Amino acid sequence: MSTTTNRTVTTQVYRIYIKATPQAVWDAITQPEWTERYGYGVRSEFDLRPGGAYRGLTSEAMRAMGAPEVAVEGEIIEADPPRKLVQKWHMVMDPEVAAEGATVLTYEIETSGDGVTRLTLIHDIEGAPRLALLVSGEMEGMGAGGGWSWVLSDLKSLLETGTSFTNGGGPQG
Amino acid sequence: MSDDDRVFKALADPTRRFLLDRLLVRDGRTLTELESELEMTRFGVMKHLRVLEDAGLVVTRRSGREKLHFLNPVPIRLIHDRWIDKFTERQLSALADLKAELEGKA
Repeated sequence: MSTTTNRTVTTQVYRIYIKATPQAVWDAITQPEWTERYGYGVRSEFDLRPGGAYRGLTSEAMRAMGAPEVAVEGEIIEADPPRKLVQKWHMVMDPEVAAEGATVLTYEIETSGDGVTRLTLIHDIEGAPRLALLVSGEMEGMGAGGGWSWVLSDLKSLLETGTSFTNGGGPQG
Repeated sequence: MSDDDRVFKALADPTRRFLLDRLLVRDGRTLTELESELEMTRFGVMKHLRVLEDAGLVVTRRSGREKLHFLNPVPIRLIHDRWIDKFTERQLSALADLKAELEGKA
């Protein structure tokens, strides 16, 4: 998608249906061995209790391109496995995005019919226009990856087929 | 009807594409807001939103007494991923950006 101007968004909502159990989806979001296998390949470390720390560590591929060790910092607001996770989410790897401050990210995991789980991701990005461009995938042409829809699509592939598009290697090309 | 069929059917209508365009400009709108931009009855707009919601292209959330409509780009992403190879992604994106720039929309 090319650059869209004058886009004012304060909350982004992404929803995907995955043929997997809610527990499998929860694990894929909260366990580092899973998170490094899809999307940007960030290794997510959660201390899953209110006030607990969150760190998203950059992949080897990202560090090879000069990224620092920590991509995202945060704090758990609510953890209700395998149904709901609310966290502060602060991307710190880019100084300009980091300056916009922390945002709030919510994952809602619900059963939806036979063996299907509905994952809804709500990202409150009030006051973070640069981050908004990044997570909506509008920077994809610049090699920044396709944001949340890209990550979720990759997560679906991994859980349903056992392999992801990116193999956790992040943006290609 | 498959998930893809629902998405294509939902997109094959100018009013529904217009609604998605409005949500792209500003997300999280009420029915009343969306209705005010269309020459159509409230019931007609509701019907179109229902088709978009069934296709997963619009997700609604309650905020107090209001029902807000959000654009969900994921179903389009899934269709995209089915035909677009990860390694040609950037070249395609560069061409799309070039077109936008030459046409003065960038």
